Order: sequence, then structure tokens, then C-alpha cells
Amino acid sequence: MPNAKSGFFEWVFFFVKTYGPMFLKGAGTTLLIALTGTLVGFIIGLAVGYVRAIPCEKGDGAVKYWLLKLVRTLLGVYIEVFRSTPMIVQSMVIFYGASSVLHINLPYLLAGFIIVSINTGAYLSEIVRGGIQSVDPGQMEAGLAIGMTYGQTMLNVVLPQAIRNILPALGNEFVVNIKDTSVLNVISVTELYFVSKSAAGTYFKYFEVFFITSVIYFVMTFTVTRFLRWLERKMDGPQNYAMHGSQTVPDVELIRKGGAASE
Amino acid sequence: MNETILQVNHLSKSFGDHEVLRDVDFSVSRGEVISIIGASGSGKSTLLRCMNLLEKPSSGEILFHNENIQRPGFDLQTYRGRVGMVFQQFNLFSNMTALENCVVGQMKVLKRSRVQAQNIAMAFLEKVGMSAYVKAKPRQLSGGQKQRVAIARALAMNPEALLFDEPTSALDPEMVGEVLSVMKDLASTGLTMLVVTHEMGFARDVSDRVVFMDGGVIVESDVPEVVFTRPKHPRTREFLARILDQ
Ligand SMILES: Nc1ncnc2c1ncn2[C@@H]1O[C@H](COP(=O)(O)OP(=O)(O)OP(=O)(O)O)[C@@H](O)[C@H]1O
Ligand SMILES: [Mg+2]
Repeated sequence: MPNAKSGFFEWVFFFVKTYGPMFLKGAGTTLLIALTGTLVGFIIGLAVGYVRAIPCEKGDGAVKYWLLKLVRTLLGVYIEVFRSTPMIVQSMVIFYGASSVLHINLPYLLAGFIIVSINTGAYLSEIVRGGIQSVDPGQMEAGLAIGMTYGQTMLNVVLPQAIRNILPALGNEFVVNIKDTSVLNVISVTELYFVSKSAAGTYFKYFEVFFITSVIYFVMTFTVTRFLRWLERKMDGPQNYAMHGSQTVPDVELIRKGGAASE
Repeated sequence: MNETILQVNHLSKSFGDHEVLRDVDFSVSRGEVISIIGASGSGKSTLLRCMNLLEKPSSGEILFHNENIQRPGFDLQTYRGRVGMVFQQFNLFSNMTALENCVVGQMKVLKRSRVQAQNIAMAFLEKVGMSAYVKAKPRQLSGGQKQRVAIARALAMNPEALLFDEPTSALDPEMVGEVLSVMKDLASTGLTMLVVTHEMGFARDVSDRVVFMDGGVIVESDVPEVVFTRPKHPRTREFLARILDQ
């Protein structure tokens, strides 16, 4: 073990050697919560965004109209509350609220999943709604015009396009979550920040430990960001359509060929 | 005279205070090709969109085989497959290939199997000369090609009638011909067609009847020869003089 005279790198080396597996486990927990929270939050966001995008007219029947209005108001409150309070406070309220009001002692990890999911859901609901609105209304009309229902067109045509449009925002949310799960240390979830704090506290070596911690956070977010960029590019596919494998046939010829086939 | 498929009675439509259609009456017989002409803002699109219930009429009724399409319990999904629509902006599903565009409606609305739907889609893509592009996404196609796929998509639903809303207006001039030629072919097969168009050549040569609209009313409706050579109404004459002058 290094002593009081040891330098920065000796301590860093020491922590990496003795606490390495713990750091990795903490990082794993961080990634797991961030990923689960983002995915569940995305599902919440899709559901809420979908409901909030349903066109709602008084002529549709009073029951449907008022029910939709009520549900929407509640969803609006959910979104506003969770976007207007810090996740660290939400963690405390949900965790201790569950134990003192509902008498449920949430396991730490589960509490972490729930908090990050609900919080992410609130942000993604608005993003999903924006994504739905960004899709050309002509797409919905075309679906309706061939006889598909609103729901069928939404699921098969509009949502896939909306999701493609919001993919960058979704990836961003994942990266934000990798960083923000650190607030879960206040309810003792053993993610990377919590592990670091314990290790640093044992030796009073905060700078050395949190230097290592920053490197780990950086590697995680950097890798994820690059991976998502690559994924987006891959999803977009090629710009041009190669007919029968040939790439240089001029367009005029293609049209003529097409025209000839119809005769 | 053939059987009446569609009958519009006293149809009116307002957007707020703005009355866009006023007491429109007209009917469509089986196999008829009708061109609807008229100045911008005269209500042509609104009429077509009401017939497909993309727009809710303010009053009046639309009968399909003598059945009110707004009656509660009317099977609107099936009706929309039977009376398809082709849009000015094509509105192909951007997330799907040309083939999938023609398949999805058949599977969801007509409950055809994927294989059956694909075979039917292929046949219609062939018919519009787009069989080489089955795997292309809309953004990889030219405007004329997109519109031909959109026509195939509507045909795949086995329609009795097709509504076309300015199908060539968004096209570059050199692509208008390919779409009009597909439409001419369709007209000759006996498909019932209702075409809003600024293509006076098509209206004169292909349609059985020309309907002139102005200010939300049908001003004149007759065989092309009469409308184009000796229109009864001065407003028709004015409009034609203006448009044929260009
Ligand atoms: N959704 C809408 N809300 C309000 N006004 C509308 C709406 N749709 C159409 N209008 C108005 O109704 C009138 C008729 O429009 P419509 O699109 O039917 O005309 P059109 O004959 O198809 O014209 P164009 O040749 O330009 O396509 C226009 O004055 C238009 O501004
Ligand atoms: Mg129009």
C-alpha cells in the first residue's frame, strides 16, 4: 500500500489494482441502469407520446372526448413534474415515499431502474410527440386513404419514421443517463459513483479515485456515442437505388425501360 | 347508362366561416372517367377529400351503392380500399420499399396473406412499369416513379373507383407523360376514375365527362366536347380562355 509520501500515480495504480473489479462492477451497474432506464423510458415515452398525439375533436363523442382529455391532463402533469424537479430529489421522494407511505422496501437496484425509467419517460414523451408531429401528415392521410385505421397507420408508417427521427435524441438520453445515474448514490445504489465514493473515503484520496472514475465515465459515454452514430448511418442505408447491381445507368434510361414494360 | 356507384347529394363543407363547398350534387357511374377542372381554391380537392372522408362534410350525404358512407357502423376501412385516392404529393410511405407500400394495405385491410399480397403488388407494379424498382425506397425514386408506385398501391386494394387529386401537378414536365400514360391505360380498362387536373389535354381526350367548379359549386358538367368547344356558362368560358391561353 502506498504511504503519505507516495505520488499521484502510485495511488492511482494502487486503486486500479485493488479496486479494479469493484470499479468495473460499479460501471456495469451504471450501464445496466442507464440502458434499462432508457429502454423502459422509451416505451413509456412512446405510449405517452402516442396518446398525446391522438387527434381529439368534440364531434367524436362526449365519452371519448372527455376521457382522452382527462388522461392527457394527467400525462401532462406527470411530464411537467418530472421535468421540473431534479432526479436526485425524485430518487429520495420515490425511495423513501415507497418505504414510509406504501411500506414497501424497494431493493436498491430496482429503485434505480424505476426512478431512471420514469424520469426518462417524461423527457422522451415530449420528444416522441415532437417526432410524431415532424412526420409529414400526408403519410397518415395515405394510410387512411387505403383503408388502414389510425392505429395501423401509426404503428406501421408514422411511428417508425418518428423513431428514426428521434434516434439521435434517444441516444443522447442514454448518454445523459450514464452520467446521471450517479445521483442514485443517495439511495445507496452501488453504481460507479457510489463505489468510487466508498473507495475514496476509506483512504481520503478523493482526487486520485475520482480521476479514475472520470476516465471510466468518459470511456463509457464516448464509446456509446460513437456506436450510436455508426448505427444511425447504418440505418439510413444507401442514398441511391442500384438496379440489378448496376450503379451508373442514367435515370432517363430507367424511365424509358419502365415505360416500355407497361406497354 | 351504367349503374351509379357514387352519389353526392347537397354536399356542403365549411372551414370555420369559410364555405368551401356549397350544395354540391353529382354522381359517378361505373366505368366513367370524370375530370374536375377549376381555378385554384374552387374546392376541387375538398370535394375529393370529402368523398373519401378525409374531410368531414358539414352537411349533405355521400352514397356508395346507395349506402350512406357516414352512417354509423358503415365499414369505412373497406370503403376506402374500394374508392382509393392518389395524391398530388404521392405520399408514399417513406419507411417502406415500393413493394411494401403496395403490400401493407392489402394485409391490414383486406387480410390477404403476405405471399398473396406480394404477388398482387408485383402484378400492379409491373403494370405501371415499376417492377424493376420493387426494393427501392421512395427517396430513391423520381417524382414520376413515385406517382406510378402510388397508383399501383391504390390498385392493389382492388378498387372500384380511384380519386386522383392533381396527380401530375408536382411533377417535372418531362415526367408528366409517364404518369398520364399509366392513367390512360387505366381509363381504357374500364376503371372508374375521378381526376382533378390542370392537364386540359387529358380532360379533353381521355375523360367521358368534364366537371367545372368555381367558388365551391359545380358550374358546368358535360361531355368534354361541349365543355371545351361550346361551354354554356360564361365562367367556364373565362376559365378556359385563361388556362388555354398559357
Ligand atoms: N383544412 C383547411 N382549413 C381551412 N381552409 C381550407 C382547408 N382546406 C382547404 N381550405 C380552403 O378551402 C378552399 C378550397 O380549397 P381546395 O384545396 O379544395 O381548392 P382546390 O380547388 O383544390 O385548389 P387547388 O387547385 O389550388 O388545389 C381554399 O380557399 C382553401 O384555402
Ligand atoms: Mg387542390
